[in-house]
Amino acid sequence: MTRVRQALAGKQFFITGSTGFLGTALVERVLRSVPDSRVVLLIRPGRRATAMQRATREILKNDCFDRLRQQCGDRFDTEVASRVSAVAGDVATDGLGLDDDGLQKLSESDVVVHSAAAVSFDSPLDSAVEVNLLGPSRVAAAVVTATQRAANQGRVGPVHFIPVSTAYVAGTHQGEAREELLGGSRFSIEVDWRTEVDAARRQRGDTDAESRRPERLAQFSKDARGELGGAGLHLLAERAERLREDWVKKQMVRVGQARAQSLGWPDAYPYTKALGERALVSQFGDTVPMTIVRPSIIESALAEPRPGWIRGFRMAEPIIVSYARGLLREFPGVPEGVTDVIPVDLVVAAIIAVAGEALLDTGEAYRGPSVYHVASGVRNPFRYGRLVELVQSWFTEHPLYDSDGQPIVVPAWSFPGRGRVQRQLSRASKAMDLAEKVVGSLPIRGRQAAWMAALEEQHLLADRALGYVELYGAYTETEARYRVDRLMALWDRMDADDREVFCLDPAAVDWDSYVRDIHLPSIIEHARVRTAPGKSHQPTRSERSRRAILSPDRHLASFDLENTLIASNVVDSYAWLASRHLPATERAAFVADLLREAPALLVLDRRDRGDFLRSFYRRYEGAPADRLRDDGWELFHHLLLAKSFPAGFARVRQHRALGHRTILITGALDLVVEPMRPLFDDIVCAHLGEVDGKFTGRLEELPPIGEARALLLADYAEAEGLQLEESMAYADSASDLPMLEAVGFPVAVNPEAKLAAIARRRGWHVEHWHKADGGAQPVLPLGPVDRRGSLGRGRTSAAALSGAARRTAAGPSR
Amino acid sequence: MSPRPGFVLDVDRSTPPTLFWHGERFSLERLPEGSRVIYAPEPIDPLKDPSVAIRAALNSPVGDTEPLPALLRPGMKLTIAFDDISLPLPPMERPDNRQMVIEQVLDMAADAGVDDVALIVALALHRRMTEAELRHAIGDRIYDAFAPNGLLTQHDAEDPEALVHLGQTDQGEDVEINRRAAESDLLIYVNINLVTMDGGHKSVATGLASYRSLRHHHNPQTMQKSRSFMDQHRSELHTSNWRMGQLIADRGVKVFQIETTLNNDTFPPSFQFLQKREWEWGAKDRLGYLAASKALDRTPTRYARQIFHSVKAPHRMTSVQAGEVEAVHKLTTDNVWAQQGVPVVGQTDILTMGLPYISPYNVNSILNPILVACLGLGYLFNMYRGKPLVREGGVLIMTHPTPWEFNPVHHPSYIDFFEQVLSETTDPIEVADRFEESYATDPWYIHLYRTGHAYHGVHPFYMWYWCAHALQHLGGVIIVGGDQDAVHRLGFRAASTLSDGLEMARDVVGPSPTLTHLHAPPILMADVQ
Repeated sequence: MTRVRQALAGKQFFITGSTGFLGTALVERVLRSVPDSRVVLLIRPGRRATAMQRATREILKNDCFDRLRQQCGDRFDTEVASRVSAVAGDVATDGLGLDDDGLQKLSESDVVVHSAAAVSFDSPLDSAVEVNLLGPSRVAAAVVTATQRAANQGRVGPVHFIPVSTAYVAGTHQGEAREELLGGSRFSIEVDWRTEVDAARRQRGDTDAESRRPERLAQFSKDARGELGGAGLHLLAERAERLREDWVKKQMVRVGQARAQSLGWPDAYPYTKALGERALVSQFGDTVPMTIVRPSIIESALAEPRPGWIRGFRMAEPIIVSYARGLLREFPGVPEGVTDVIPVDLVVAAIIAVAGEALLDTGEAYRGPSVYHVASGVRNPFRYGRLVELVQSWFTEHPLYDSDGQPIVVPAWSFPGRGRVQRQLSRASKAMDLAEKVVGSLPIRGRQAAWMAALEEQHLLADRALGYVELYGAYTETEARYRVDRLMALWDRMDADDREVFCLDPAAVDWDSYVRDIHLPSIIEHARVRTAPGKSHQPTRSERSRRAILSPDRHLASFDLENTLIASNVVDSYAWLASRHLPATERAAFVADLLREAPALLVLDRRDRGDFLRSFYRRYEGAPADRLRDDGWELFHHLLLAKSFPAGFARVRQHRALGHRTILITGALDLVVEPMRPLFDDIVCAHLGEVDGKFTGRLEELPPIGEARALLLADYAEAEGLQLEESMAYADSASDLPMLEAVGFPVAVNPEAKLAAIARRRGWHVEHWHKADGGAQPVLPLGPVDRRGSLGRGRTSAAALSGAARRTAAGPSR
Repeated sequence: MSPRPGFVLDVDRSTPPTLFWHGERFSLERLPEGSRVIYAPEPIDPLKDPSVAIRAALNSPVGDTEPLPALLRPGMKLTIAFDDISLPLPPMERPDNRQMVIEQVLDMAADAGVDDVALIVALALHRRMTEAELRHAIGDRIYDAFAPNGLLTQHDAEDPEALVHLGQTDQGEDVEINRRAAESDLLIYVNINLVTMDGGHKSVATGLASYRSLRHHHNPQTMQKSRSFMDQHRSELHTSNWRMGQLIADRGVKVFQIETTLNNDTFPPSFQFLQKREWEWGAKDRLGYLAASKALDRTPTRYARQIFHSVKAPHRMTSVQAGEVEAVHKLTTDNVWAQQGVPVVGQTDILTMGLPYISPYNVNSILNPILVACLGLGYLFNMYRGKPLVREGGVLIMTHPTPWEFNPVHHPSYIDFFEQVLSETTDPIEVADRFEESYATDPWYIHLYRTGHAYHGVHPFYMWYWCAHALQHLGGVIIVGGDQDAVHRLGFRAASTLSDGLEMARDVVGPSPTLTHLHAPPILMADVQ
């Protein structure tokens, strides 16, 4: 047995951040390569999962463990059960939120590795401060408590603490950065970390207060309405609150970035990490034996547990994928600059080697905190220009394919300055913003609306690309060189066997082959992008979601009527019914009147559907109820059926055939939907009051629209013992959102622009149904001219009469 | 000058191009030398005074029956059933044969003091007629007298109250027909015998029947054994209907059959060139063709369709016979043959036909792809006596745009049939076994059939069965100018031009095929020796 493994054999590791990329790799490596070792994982319990459940699900099931699983065979589970334990806790809480058992486990551990961090480059300032700045000190404080506890129990307690930091704490300034504590180096600017913590916490309060000012709140409500339209009070409020929270978060990100940049760091991550190191060293540098490990940009594994292993999408991956998709046409950078990337297994090896050395009884006294860089820039520099070349040639050879199965040609990067790229991108983003606003205000639906949603997605992608440039641009322009003298000295001290198992020498990486054969294939596999030409034989997402909707396990399908099953509306129906018995001479005037009113009606309908229906239905005041009921049948067979979407009717029937309950919920009048009764199990619609055989023009109850629909659906499902999570709702407009959101499987049918965008964002199933092309398509929805010459008007036509007679017979037979 | 009989033209170098229908349009195509073109006889002379002829027929019926006035008495229950919108094609100019006949029948009934009279449209599983269509068929006077009182009804094959099961034939076929018709003291049936398939016992046994009854002869097996269904004596369809007609008579239903025939004067003067032989076109015909085809080229199909469906045919009544069903029908059939029969010697490798905009099932509607198939492979293919015009394994080439379009009011179940059934199989027997029952009993289709103007749910199946004989006989079907997706769904091949179609056909029938063009409409029956 060799020195490192000898020193660590049988030891217990306490690891934070084990659900992260580095943490997972570390846990796996310790279990696989350090004999008889044990790991205790600090994990924040989820809402529905304990720490151990999360450990099993999020760590041990990761493909990182495939190799170990294969080695152990059947013993894997027992092996893991005896060597891995999880304790509940959170590095963002003082005392880590450890319970007695957790503290005991910590006190029994030999090495503590803190790899938990808010690694996102755009974290809100205060959360970055809690995790990155205060986190290491909190862990150290817990180590102190645990050591005392161990002493009370007559044991030693944790011997060494290894906080993982980042090479970028030294900033991105030109020049060389040594492996030494901050403060002494020429890069740093003295700021008091306590002041920064207070300021960040105060900033959260101030921003939150700002977000609650009446003008702001009004703006959020307005934006919510702009996004969702007349979706109902509840949903609009929910959306407005989300917008407020997002705004606060965005402000906090901005504040963090501004503060970091004002002190010379590219963003809040290295800034909080740097202050975290200072806070840690100043408070615990003397009491807790520690070694800080500072990796540069960690990327997929070189060899362990297998070449290319990666977890989650990190910094370079989204950029590379965006590039391969042809979305990112330019990215700033200095071709001669060094991209400091380090494979994850080298970082893990370094941490273990550092731990091994710390635990080796060398007889030397602890001489205070020390630092190791794990970075490639000095020992094995990888030029940014070379990286771009490699990526471009690889994707030229292995292009991604667009949805039509056509290869995407990757653009050649010309290494423009960051400012130019930023200006280009923000111009594009603004142009799309404008286009979206213009198109969004047009009354479009169906495929045009889907196109509009695609435009929105392009906009999102452009924004994201802009975000990448803003966030990561600084890193590609980094001219700092992180020295690894101490790391190499450590490497030199390791014997051959240890070197074999724990390779940490950055020179081991052959960049060309790493990029071409390991990293790019791995991230493309993870990116779920099309890598084969031609039409896919796999079921598309739309086919899969349709299959889910048409599973016999579903319970209930609810349908909207207008523009969901029929390309018609209450105004059409009214125009048809009102003109049915109008003498030819009066028809022209009637049409002219209705056309003149149309724009005002449209505006009212958009503003509030309920108000619109109530006011519109007044027009039925005084109409003979029986005659209209008869005419309703003619209306259906002549106009509505001709304007129906056959695929929609077929879908209703398909649901019924599958045993799903079907229900039509519409603001249309009963006399209009009556002929459709056999199509559905149930119909909920609007009813007009009736006195002495004439309609009053007033609705008997609130029309089933907007939120009332969602409530109605919920009541219905409950009464019938059906589950809404297992149900579908079909609708066409954002004003139907309450109903759509109430069910587990919402379906947007020929969605208008707002709903199309929402459906696309949320991955809702979308159907494009159209009218049968061979039907009569009248220009105006007018009833046929009444030709009952000799009998005079006012008497029901024979066709309607026999229709009514038939209806009596047909009514109950559905 | 008496009208000339039908004619088979041999195409030579001097033959002008031949007219092909192409849905709502037409074109002139040059056929290869040596091809044959079959033309219908010219319209035969109509009856000079139809009302005199009708009165004579009613007063001196054929077969074992008394004159109509002798059959009418006060207090009796009288029902008059008549053919629906599917006849004639195109709808004839007013007055319609049905109006002329029924007016005289009603006069006689009134004279005899009969006051329980009801009119029933014998539409079987067809769509219900609209008010305008009914007014056109029987005239405003009859309509206004009967409809408002509920005495003019349309047969409802799905109303159990309005049906009566009369029993089973010796072959186990159920006979279930309209109750009012069956329980009347006298049932008078008024028909228009456009083609030899119509009339006879089929009028009542099919026109007034229910699905339960119809399924015994409207099925692929029967249709494969009907060679052709236009030839009563070699048609299993008719044999079954005759058995049922016999049973209806045996059960005491007294039927007085009135059948009428028409000449084939199909198109109004402005479209006369459509029924003339091309080499006889005069300046007016050429001008008419040019004007019509140029105007149609500039007219959206939707409006072109409206124009064509507003065309009323100048058909004139050529005969009327009344009395006992079989005796009447024999005379009728002879009269139809006199107008439509064309002797043809020998079969052909390739049969071409231009499909017009209309078939029995899309009056005032659209010829959807299923109806395209039915018009070509069902109706026109079967316009033969003896042997089919095309040899077994030969190819049928039709010209029609065949758009993927359906009328959702008239043909709702066709839409689903096309999407769900033909996408799975085009074999008529498999179609019947796997899908027929669910469509026939579907409550939504039944609802639309009963309350609206929709063909019954099972109707598209019948259209497909109508093609069964041709599908079995032919080596290939090509639709020239057809929508590719729709044509492929039908199981056929699409060609962009007639010469491409002929090239494709040669792959099936060999390099130097014989070709015959069926120049219809006007309707003709080939007597193939």
